Amino acid sequence: MNTYNLLKISLKALRKNIFRTFLTMLGIIIGVASVIAMLSIGQGSKDSIESSISELGSNLIMVFPGAQQTGGVNLGSGTSRELEIGDVEAIEENSTLLVGVTPVAMAKAQLISGSANWSSSVYGAYANYFDIKALGIKSGRRFSQSEVTRAAKVCLIGTTVVEELFGEYSDPVGQSIRINKVPFEIIGVLEEKGAGMRGDDQDDVVIAPFSTVQRRLLGSTKVQQIFASAKSEEVSEAATEEIEAILMKEMRVGPNDEAFNIRTMSEISNMLSSTSDTMVTLLAGVAGISLIVGGIGIMNIMFVTVTERTREIGLRMAVGAKSKNILLQFLTEAVVISITGGIIGALLGIGVSIGFGNLMGWPVTITPFSIILAFGFSTVIGVFLDGTQRGRRQT
Amino acid sequence: MQAVISAKNIIKTFDLGEVKVHALRGVDLEIYEGDFVAIMGHSGSGKSTFMNIIGCLDVPTSGEVYIDDNDVANYDRDNLATIRNKKIGFVFQSYNLLSRTTALENVELPLIYNPNISAGKREELSKKALEKVGLADRLLHLTNQLSGGQQQRVAIARALVNEPLVILADEPTGNLDTRTSYEIMDIFQELNDAGKTIVIVTHEGDIAKMCKRNIVFKDGKVIKDFMVENPINAKEELAKMPKQEDALA
Ligand SMILES: Nc1ncnc2c1ncn2[C@@H]1O[C@H](COP(=O)(O)OP(=O)(O)OP(=O)(O)O)[C@@H](O)[C@H]1O
Ligand SMILES: [Mg+2]
Repeated sequence: MNTYNLLKISLKALRKNIFRTFLTMLGIIIGVASVIAMLSIGQGSKDSIESSISELGSNLIMVFPGAQQTGGVNLGSGTSRELEIGDVEAIEENSTLLVGVTPVAMAKAQLISGSANWSSSVYGAYANYFDIKALGIKSGRRFSQSEVTRAAKVCLIGTTVVEELFGEYSDPVGQSIRINKVPFEIIGVLEEKGAGMRGDDQDDVVIAPFSTVQRRLLGSTKVQQIFASAKSEEVSEAATEEIEAILMKEMRVGPNDEAFNIRTMSEISNMLSSTSDTMVTLLAGVAGISLIVGGIGIMNIMFVTVTERTREIGLRMAVGAKSKNILLQFLTEAVVISITGGIIGALLGIGVSIGFGNLMGWPVTITPFSIILAFGFSTVIGVFLDGTQRGRRQT
Repeated sequence: MQAVISAKNIIKTFDLGEVKVHALRGVDLEIYEGDFVAIMGHSGSGKSTFMNIIGCLDVPTSGEVYIDDNDVANYDRDNLATIRNKKIGFVFQSYNLLSRTTALENVELPLIYNPNISAGKREELSKKALEKVGLADRLLHLTNQLSGGQQQRVAIARALVNEPLVILADEPTGNLDTRTSYEIMDIFQELNDAGKTIVIVTHEGDIAKMCKRNIVFKDGKVIKDFMVENPINAKEELAKMPKQEDALA
């Protein structure tokens, strides 16, 4: 009996019980599809976190004021103080590993344009803020450092602000808005960044010169944060240490005084990606269990089938089939079921992944690895466990 | 005459642990080429056991069986399968067809396990066998669309298709009414006239009288073995019977 015959006999047997064949396959289909979908969705979320981090600028170094930051309770020795513009200047003068440093002043403000109004965050910074945070300009221009010096009343706004105040497709460059009653000229619109890592809307921002925000909106000389950008990702650790040393000297504090906090983007990105790694593993584990359950389902159905088909087996042997032929027939049936189920499951899994990705606005990353894993596993279950079990019962 | 099957002192004992069932207690028989044998006997006398042994479905506890000079009593399972495939054609009481499968595919079944026969040849031989049993117009009917008599004729075609040395039929008319039984016997008689060796098991005297030779089993032994003087012709008997329109619907 040749392979072609074998395949024909097996297919015929499977077709005769098309519904049962389908039910048997269903276990594999669901198992494979869920493994692929889970891995793709998990990988997708991980990739999206990573890309949003790199969009933020992976060389970014952020300095916050000291211990009072942590939950509002001052656990430090009392030496901590606000950041000052002098700290920024000290870093600017003494650092060797930075391409830029800027103070950041932040204000919650009411924006008004005509009859529309919207509340948003206004960030005041130097002109190099756009480079440090890797912000693109969609239309218009950035402000210059001389505008910072002059405390010019200009600003750039994010797309959410555009939508809320001017409507979705309008270009408000050149128009004027009132920020906490102070009139500002809109000189640019920021490129869209989407949701941030904490789910916050990164397009709901206004960026204006540092001095303008300080004087016009805050009315104080406070520096809430200092942002800096290391020359490269490799030196970002060394740059952090450098800033630390400069600030300790400038503030006359020791390393244990917790006068300030430094966060680097790579630190945050490591933390987040280890969280999402855990999530991917968890999802894959759940999907793997469903694959195993699917496999057990197949074996179960096949056992019943064999008991039911003893008459057929007896007949085939009476007309001259060797036990080898019968074994091969059942093996082939198992292979056909698990491979067909695997293919359908893979397609379904890819479909679900893409559908889910579209729904969530989320890049779904279908890795060949997940397909190979799911498919290989289903075949192993189908062929080895099931086929050999069934075969053994025949002979 | 040439013996196609020869059984020498066949003993078959089923060991059921506590009890031993002595199904055959020393059977000596020769089946010759062109024979048409009916095996009779009470239930439990060992008829089916004997058929299974000469049909290579089972091996004797002791004794010798030669099929076409092959010493099959000592063959292993695979060699027995080959002998069954090439030299034996079985017909069972309960037809034993594959369900939801066409008549043609059922008849092709033994040839599938013969590696020397191509797919084309297989179909050709199967069609010819179905023609011989009068089912040329039912090739693609599924088994569940056929009457009992038609199903048994498919089974006979399946037994014929590999040109076996002998056709073994264990109570082939056991499930059929008289008229349909005679129609089956008519087919067997035609096949025998054409030279086929046939052995059937039957409980019915009239069916046995349509065969050329009768053998009677009792308690695992042959107690009678004689030639039938004037075998009844099934065709003539059918002609005498009142026509039944729906007998083979
Ligand atoms: N596989 C088996 N295991 C145990 N005992 C068996 C087996 N097959 C047959 N027997 C026993 O062997 C004896 C002969 O059985 P066999 O089937 O040959 O009878 P038979 O003449 O064909 O009867 P019937 O006319 O009812 O078909 C019986 O007592 C039966 O119970
Ligand atoms: Mg019997």
